[in-house]
Amino acid sequence: MFAFIVRRITQAVLVMLVISLIGFAIKNRIGDPVRDLVGERVTPAERAEMREKLGLNDPFLIQYGRFVKNALRGDLGLSFFHKKPAVAVILSKAPATLELVFAAALIIIVISLPVGMFTAIYPRNWFSRFTLSFSTLGVSIPVFLTAIMLIYVFSVELNWLPSYGRGEMVNIGGWQSGLLTLDGLKHLVLPSFSLASIMLPLFIRLIRSEMMEVLETEYIKFAWAKGLSRRRIFLVHAFKNTLLPVITVFGVQIGIMFAFTILTETVFQWQGMGFMFLEAVERSDISLLVAYLVFVGVIFVVVNTVVDLVYGLINPTIRIAGRK
Amino acid sequence: MSHLLEVKNLNVKFALRFGELTAIDGVSFTLDKGEKLGLVGESGAGKSVTGFAIINLISKPGYIADGQVLFDGQQLTTLDEDALRRIRGDRISMIFQDPMMTLNPVLTVGAQMIETLKAHQRLTNRQAREIALETLQKVRIPSPEKRLNQYPHEFSGGMRQRIVIAIALITNPALIIADEPTTALDVTIQAEIMDLLQALCASEKMGLILITHDLGVVSQVTEKIAVMYAGKIVESGPTVDIITTPRHPYTQGLINALPGSRQPGETLSQIPGMMPTLTDIPPGCAFHPRCNFKTLVCEMEVPLLMSRFDRARSVACHIKDN
Repeated sequence: MFAFIVRRITQAVLVMLVISLIGFAIKNRIGDPVRDLVGERVTPAERAEMREKLGLNDPFLIQYGRFVKNALRGDLGLSFFHKKPAVAVILSKAPATLELVFAAALIIIVISLPVGMFTAIYPRNWFSRFTLSFSTLGVSIPVFLTAIMLIYVFSVELNWLPSYGRGEMVNIGGWQSGLLTLDGLKHLVLPSFSLASIMLPLFIRLIRSEMMEVLETEYIKFAWAKGLSRRRIFLVHAFKNTLLPVITVFGVQIGIMFAFTILTETVFQWQGMGFMFLEAVERSDISLLVAYLVFVGVIFVVVNTVVDLVYGLINPTIRIAGRK
Repeated sequence: MSHLLEVKNLNVKFALRFGELTAIDGVSFTLDKGEKLGLVGESGAGKSVTGFAIINLISKPGYIADGQVLFDGQQLTTLDEDALRRIRGDRISMIFQDPMMTLNPVLTVGAQMIETLKAHQRLTNRQAREIALETLQKVRIPSPEKRLNQYPHEFSGGMRQRIVIAIALITNPALIIADEPTTALDVTIQAEIMDLLQALCASEKMGLILITHDLGVVSQVTEKIAVMYAGKIVESGPTVDIITTPRHPYTQGLINALPGSRQPGETLSQIPGMMPTLTDIPPGCAFHPRCNFKTLVCEMEVPLLMSRFDRARSVACHIKDN
């Protein structure tokens, strides 16, 4: 198990290096830190002097080394617009996005697992047929449309739920959380369901097809021949084997969901990283964009590594491979 | 004189989109306590389906259309799901063909043994573990304490089949249905597993239905044989009689095809043609297109399985005196 963890973490570090290289290349080619620092009204001679002082004329690799060194210390440069370290800007926006993704992931798990399993066990049931045809529709509706429809129904027509912002928040050690107040939770409902709506049909179908495949296997047939209860066969024998491929996909999709937050946050005026990203694009705040790229990369890699470790815990054959 | 198992006129059909297929057609046989029966035939003859039909575990779209399965006097084909569940794995156990596929890869061997016990008996985990250990010793698995906590992929094929046998055995069943238990194994392991199975049936006084295409194995293990062809039993009787004096042309063909009946270097004799698929079973005797002795009757009338020569033997063939 230990060797397995070490190997996975090494891989994660390599991926991070590649992401940082891409990030740095963008910054190096497109961004102009001198402009970020002094604005437009400085003479070209003074600029050239500053470039030299800041080491911007050094070879690419040396500059990249400096970038990585600073990044490891948590310094990804200054945001041109916010006049603050880019990391600080991102960290102030991150809780909103993390809570949104967390809520959406929770919705996906809570709904897709039971529904997916039910449709696999009772494929001919009317509920299963309905869910499947509905999910085909669900996959093809873009997230902003779902969001706007949800706002129209639940905010405009029914007036049950707020349509924008995060509502009342509690500050826990610098983390602005909307999860602990009723108002905050109410604000979370529509955005998180919109975000979940993209992945939900995919996961219901994935779990259904994986489970149906597992139910056809010899070991499930043997479990029936052993006289086990339906409960044990479905919830222990079939469930665990269904989960293995689903976990891997889940890890990747959670990462992708961070990208989808850009749309969802824009529609709901949700003050998170996605919203910040769009603003940064409009203001060509290159440092902030690159910092966002690296930050999302970190989240992606961390989530996938954790998922792989969890996978190793459930799948005994992987643990053995790591032991060798 | 009640039998342990009495299968009467069993019919199994598969409901397909274009109609129904009859996989098992009027199969009847009996098995007494501790008796061993071999179900022999080519692939597709309906041996396995018969085995699964006994515990009413035919995968869809198959279903039991007609007939009775009396186990200890209890009619199994009409029993409800919960009562069936209590018999499966407890009084009647099954051993499957491929031990690489039979065990759940994500559960330890111990967990898979203990859950079987606990599905049928009220036991604490410790008691169940004790019984699992004893059973592993019975199937001669070395260092059972350590093995109990291992996963199936840490065992070889032969060892896995021993585990499967241990799971089948753990509840002291009255009957074991072994569906080609050695087909997927190495030849050297095959003999070991068969010896083990035979020894255990004797020591635990269990009945055994051995489903196989290997007449050689059956002749060494079982007391009775039923030969199946295209969903029907074509000949049945005591093993010795069937091996020495086969009456049905199909059985004769099977025995002649055994390597033992030829000198080394000689080509093996084989039955010409192939068994018909369920969709086009020929009229009359299903075997007639491959039979060397066929007459006009064979092409028109289905021969009935009738007692001939003595009570213990039955043959379904129109030719009276072969």
